[in-house]
Amino acid sequence: MNAPAVLVEGVSRVFGTGPGAVTALDDVSLRVAPGEFVSLIGPSGCGKSTLLRLIGDLDQPSDGRVEVFGRSAEQARLAHDYGIAFQQSGLLPWRTVRANVELPLALHGTGRKGRRERADHLLDLVGLADFAEHFPDQLSGGMQQRVAIARAFAEEPSLLLMDEPFGALDEMTRERLQGELVRICAETRAAVVFVTHSIPEAVFLSDRVVVMSARPGRITDIVDVGLGGERGEGLREDAGYYEAVIRVREALHGGAEVPSRGVETR
Amino acid sequence: MSAGTRAGLERVLAPALLFAALIAAWQALTVVAEIPPFLLPSPAAIAEEFVARWSTIGGAILVTGRNALVGLVVGAVLGIAAAVLAGLSHVADRMMAPLAAAVAVVPIVALAPVLYTMFGAAAETARQIVAAIAVLVPVFVTTLRGLRQVRPVHLDLMRAYAATSAQATRTVTIPAALPFVFTGLRLASSLAVISAIVAEYFGGPRTGIGSFITTAAAGSNYARAWAFVLGGIVVGLLFFSVTLAAEHLVSRRSGPRKE
Repeated sequence: MNAPAVLVEGVSRVFGTGPGAVTALDDVSLRVAPGEFVSLIGPSGCGKSTLLRLIGDLDQPSDGRVEVFGRSAEQARLAHDYGIAFQQSGLLPWRTVRANVELPLALHGTGRKGRRERADHLLDLVGLADFAEHFPDQLSGGMQQRVAIARAFAEEPSLLLMDEPFGALDEMTRERLQGELVRICAETRAAVVFVTHSIPEAVFLSDRVVVMSARPGRITDIVDVGLGGERGEGLREDAGYYEAVIRVREALHGGAEVPSRGVETR
Repeated sequence: MSAGTRAGLERVLAPALLFAALIAAWQALTVVAEIPPFLLPSPAAIAEEFVARWSTIGGAILVTGRNALVGLVVGAVLGIAAAVLAGLSHVADRMMAPLAAAVAVVPIVALAPVLYTMFGAAAETARQIVAAIAVLVPVFVTTLRGLRQVRPVHLDLMRAYAATSAQATRTVTIPAALPFVFTGLRLASSLAVISAIVAEYFGGPRTGIGSFITTAAAGSNYARAWAFVLGGIVVGLLFFSVTLAAEHLVSRRSGPRKE
């Protein structure tokens, strides 16, 4: 596929009108290659989630153009080009874990047998095969988020949109799920746009880290992490990893008006 | 015995014991203090009447129960339909919200005499209409609240997966609303029974619990009047427990959410 997975050109998003208008994004451009893992990082209010919602056609830009695999964001959404995961797992509490994973397939008319096979495979992939018949409220927060990730991968999307999917989890669970995500992405070769406010998380996961600043939301820098394809737990103690963390931190602090506030550096 | 079953037993046993003690105290009071039967008949006398008049009481239970059920079903259907309409359209919502508030403050059973003249004093229709109006408001209010329970993240999800509005309604809106609808039905079921009984106080055919209570009381048959009150309690309990069970069944999975 020659078209970029995501192409954002001169995109602005203004909420409200008149003197109370808030510019969430101002003239943002970004290109994500197929199979590339890109993180969006920045202080609260920098528009990183807004940018993700624009790519997913959950919101429309005030100005500019968003393309996904060479199509408009809306066409891509209607064609089920991407999978999505949010900070809240967004599981349906009245459906079993398996039925939650099957949801996108059921909505798009996949037969019962095909759905079941796919769901079993995905639950195996996230290590929850034994919990298929459980209900979401019987699972821990980390397990719920794994179900949500399995659901996002249900239709083998070539693009994955993730809005702080590990934001509400404790550090240990977070690192384990990051490892799982890296492994699953390597297997499926999906492009990922990943919103986070954690520098180590962005560096560990990404090929490139897009650094944003707030009021108005702008891209201030793009850091090439360049750690290669092999991302094991050893990477977290690698010198190149530390060096990339420092580069992202400097980019964040250089771009923000108040360097030491509004940015979580854990 | 495990701690769990013991706690469960205590939960049932304690109120049952209290209830038995109260009945015994009542009986003792009427005997020891020689309270005249027209003031307060003894439980034994009431029970005797209840057994002796069972065929009449049973028939009255069926009539009143049927009126309450027809009212509950009709009122619920109308209430749910109105709530769906209000949920779909802001105009309908703004039109109906004050109307619902107005209906809520109408003393509905006061309509009974008017309705009897409209539908004829020999028909049960007036009683069923009173019950239906009483049911309408709580079902409308709770259903509308339920329809607004859909969480934004679920709506985003439906949009992201390009679900049609019919699919979104079936997948997230209805399951989120159902527990609220059934809570409304439980609240409304008691109202339906009360309204059906009280409507009988104002006239109409001598068929239901309410009519027999007034006749017995007017004829100074106090123990018999109390026996019919007991029949009314049976109807109320039946409606309450059935709707409560339905509510539990439905809200088992969509109750408090941990996330």
